[in-house]
Amino acid sequence: MSAPPTRPSKSWTVKIRERGVEALPPERLLPDGQPTYVASWIYVFGVASIASLMVIIGSGCILTLKGPAWWHVTGIGHFFNSVHMWSVELFFFTMVIHLWGKYWMAAWRGGRAHVWVTGAVTFLVAVPAALTGYVSQQNFDAQWISTQAKDAMNSVGVGAFFNLTDFGQMYSYHVLLLPVVVVLLVSAHVLLVRRNGVVPPFELHERMPAARVESPVADGAEASSGGQS
Amino acid sequence: VSFLRTEDSTRPWKGGYAPYDLVKELCIALGVIALLAVVLTVLFSSPDDKPSTITQWSHELPADFTTAATKELAGTSPTAEYGPPYNSGTASVQHAAFLNLQEWLGVSHPISTAYDFVINPLKTIPNDPGLRKAIAEYEAAPEKTKKEWDEAFATPLEEYAKAVEEKKTPPSTVVVNTTTDGVTVKAGGAGPVPTMMTGLLSLAQSGGVDGSLLTSRQFYQTDYTKPLLFMADGGLLAERAEAQHLLGKQWGLMNETGSYPGQPWLWLYALWYQVEPFKASHNADLLVLLMMGLLSVAFICIPFIPIINRIPRWVPIYKLIWREHYRGPGARGHSSG
Repeated sequence: MSAPPTRPSKSWTVKIRERGVEALPPERLLPDGQPTYVASWIYVFGVASIASLMVIIGSGCILTLKGPAWWHVTGIGHFFNSVHMWSVELFFFTMVIHLWGKYWMAAWRGGRAHVWVTGAVTFLVAVPAALTGYVSQQNFDAQWISTQAKDAMNSVGVGAFFNLTDFGQMYSYHVLLLPVVVVLLVSAHVLLVRRNGVVPPFELHERMPAARVESPVADGAEASSGGQS
Repeated sequence: VSFLRTEDSTRPWKGGYAPYDLVKELCIALGVIALLAVVLTVLFSSPDDKPSTITQWSHELPADFTTAATKELAGTSPTAEYGPPYNSGTASVQHAAFLNLQEWLGVSHPISTAYDFVINPLKTIPNDPGLRKAIAEYEAAPEKTKKEWDEAFATPLEEYAKAVEEKKTPPSTVVVNTTTDGVTVKAGGAGPVPTMMTGLLSLAQSGGVDGSLLTSRQFYQTDYTKPLLFMADGGLLAERAEAQHLLGKQWGLMNETGSYPGQPWLWLYALWYQVEPFKASHNADLLVLLMMGLLSVAFICIPFIPIINRIPRWVPIYKLIWREHYRGPGARGHSSG
């Protein structure tokens, strides 16, 4: 029998694993407890946004499997298109409430600015993700939206490489490129929430607190805490 | 970024924890949202109005089609005069101060409306010597002569369109046959243009223009830029859109056909188009996008913007969110460590 291999001191794999576990130990990544102040319905809208995104992706995958023309000619296809559309509406609805809730909590406090930034960028990237879906519908809505919105894209030069009237290009953006960006951003957002924990309440005796962004403290003491997105 | 940092007394939580099942919560949320989406689907379904075609346009509005096609041939249509990314026109080029982004990016999707929308489709019609001769005569003529022919044919059509729009009696120089959907234009000095336009209308009504505008050097095609721009130069799409409350002045950016919610998250974007100075500006699209770009950056940077990042402390909505916490023992001064 040979001796177990010694760990290479400069292994990229080991470095990534150690940094990952250090940043997000399992008990913080998947907690079984949360601070007692997390006791409001407003906290539900973060996880509801993620659930909506999952329904969007699930219904979108079914539509993609059958191709872009399927939902126009079959009842079951139209059903899944409707589920896709309504889950998009729910996604934006829950995300907007989640964002407003986080604003009124000043959820960027305590070194959580990057959590806010990833959430805000997710919202902004979700807008063209939805727009490319609307112009990929292959119906009158797609015709009208693409011919009207092209002027805005052209006015800033974007139309030179992002052509709303090119169905093939828009469909590619909608079913692959932009969803990948949204999922990556949401994943980063959730991991940052897990790492930093949910922002604690304002202390009532505070007079003028505000956000010192990029705090080096980063709530390390919350290592075992839970919290929702 | 030290100058951006303001006082932040938020400290790590040292208080109690309650049992929490993250995975269970996500599964329940997924079930509820999926059920909600299905219920909304069963109750309201989703819109799917059939797309317009050039065939449909040329049958329903033959005079409008002929007017638009004549402008394409003359180079006076919105697309012909647009500018980048379609051609070197200037009519739809927007700029703000030193920003000429549209011109800087140049012509990336070249379109010659005379050839792409009119002459090349006409050349696909076989066995019509009269039409062949008319096309050859038109192509061989000097630009000045072409312009005179185009104007001679376009003028009565424009008078007809204006009368229809103003709901007045149309001039007798344009006759639309409602049985055959044909258009007769009494225009002297129009050279071969009447023959060409009659041929194009017939081709469009048979479905030939839809096909020829999608033809490319390869078999497969997914780019609908040409047929969409051609149709957008006519009145059919706008007529349907107005009936469905989709025009810009109707906040159409947010709407979808029927009574469906569309993209309500674009409400702020749509708002700027309703107010001055954006509403009347030739550069409205660019100005609105610059404004939205600025606001988007501000939205991302809220944690760093003085006053904006303090408003949540001044407005006691947080007392409602954390009311259970503040009712509890030790909330005052110990809530966050």
